[in-house]
Amino acid sequence: MPAMIYRLVNALLTQSHPFLATFQFSDWYEVNKTNVLIFVVIFSALILFFIYHAKKGKEFFVRRIAGLEAVEEAVGRATEMGKPILYVPGLSTLDDVATIAAINILGKVAEKTAESDTKLIVPCRDPLVMTIQQEVVKNAYINKGRPDAFKQDNIFFITDSQFGYVAAVDGLMVREKPATNFYMGMFWAESLLLAETGASTGAIQIAGTDAVAQLPFFFVACDYTLIGEELYAASAYLSREPLLLGSLKGQDYSKFLLMILIVIGVICATLNATMQTDMFCWFINLFNL
Amino acid sequence: MFKRKLPLVLTFVGGVVMIMWFFIPRSNQPAQIFFTELTTRWMPIIGAFFLLIGLASLLKLHYAKIAHQREGWGYSVITFAGIAFMCIVGFGWGAKGVPLAKAYESVFIPLDSTMFSILAFYMASAAFRAFRARTIVATILLVTAFIVMLGRVSFGTSIWDGLPSFTEWIMTVPNMAQKRGILLGICLGMLATSLKIIFGIERSYLGSKE
Repeated sequence: MPAMIYRLVNALLTQSHPFLATFQFSDWYEVNKTNVLIFVVIFSALILFFIYHAKKGKEFFVRRIAGLEAVEEAVGRATEMGKPILYVPGLSTLDDVATIAAINILGKVAEKTAESDTKLIVPCRDPLVMTIQQEVVKNAYINKGRPDAFKQDNIFFITDSQFGYVAAVDGLMVREKPATNFYMGMFWAESLLLAETGASTGAIQIAGTDAVAQLPFFFVACDYTLIGEELYAASAYLSREPLLLGSLKGQDYSKFLLMILIVIGVICATLNATMQTDMFCWFINLFNL
Repeated sequence: MFKRKLPLVLTFVGGVVMIMWFFIPRSNQPAQIFFTELTTRWMPIIGAFFLLIGLASLLKLHYAKIAHQREGWGYSVITFAGIAFMCIVGFGWGAKGVPLAKAYESVFIPLDSTMFSILAFYMASAAFRAFRARTIVATILLVTAFIVMLGRVSFGTSIWDGLPSFTEWIMTVPNMAQKRGILLGICLGMLATSLKIIFGIERSYLGSKE
């Protein structure tokens, strides 16, 4: 089917206009990636469909996420103890979607610290991320009517060296003894160095990352861990904005669709193997790149 | 108004361009070069300016610490001394000069390696905490980890020949299944976040509304 569409479009383009005669559709479109395009369109349509319904005022149920429920408690604890909150926004740059998710969560955390007048410390590894975070936190403080409480110097650059950054943040934890530590975004080998030091200072720790290899380290050293997609859901969950919650629902239905496809794929692969045939290979090949 | 709209338009155009780029064949060299330059050239330019902003932030922070003699201000003096030393050897003998390379190899790399090596001790303490068999799940984790560790050393083979292949099965079947489950969720989360940003639904990264 994709090959047929491709041939048809190519024929139309090359015959309709002299200019387009030199235009080769194959130069501008990788036909092998048609399956990716189809799935992206389906999943995007699902997400946009639920965003549209959210816009119309439909309310969605979102399951409880323990790590995000604990944010309120963690901020409250810091306020009661009169100690600061440390927010580590991952070690990646803005290229990473996880960093953007971490910035979005920071905005919500900053709104809570603005309300409770708790010191929020954000050490950064990337100056560009730092600048954006200063703006996001400032915006959160303005939204809560506390622009006077915003201190730009609490969001600062340390170094772009991975372990240099860890050394500085660990030192900060030991000296300042924050009541709550947030680790959100992309982490590599430094995850355990940060989380273990934080655990040793007695801080309540909430982590969230999409780095699958680092999740076990956060599980053992932190009180709450947001697993993969929960990091992306956090912003919607904390803000409860209908539009953002709509996209969460879209994600859930996309996952449901994926589960159905996986089950069908397993059945096809099993039938192929047991019946010694390649009758069902076409379905499995739909997912090949 | 313009201050808010322009970034949203740029984000939308940028997002669409990046999606288009993904579907352009690698064989189309002119297009590949065009998109690579479009997306990567401006990055080092902006990066250079932001490094200055970062450095200014760092110096300001440590200057305030020294000026008010806050706890640990001595470390700030070392930071200043370090920056000054690297600037002197860098500007004095050039970026490819021997002193800068020596300072990098003899100070920076050993410090970096030391921090990394601490990870081994932290792993041991974290493993100790994780493997305390308090619940059924923790017990399963403990038993599985024990089998996997045993299957990865020669002693394991002397106990049972099939242990390495059983270990491999644990890693490639149940372990891989949960990893892929998480990865699928991550990919959908990324897709949803990207769509929200491209269509301007998620705007918190834009910062102040002023």
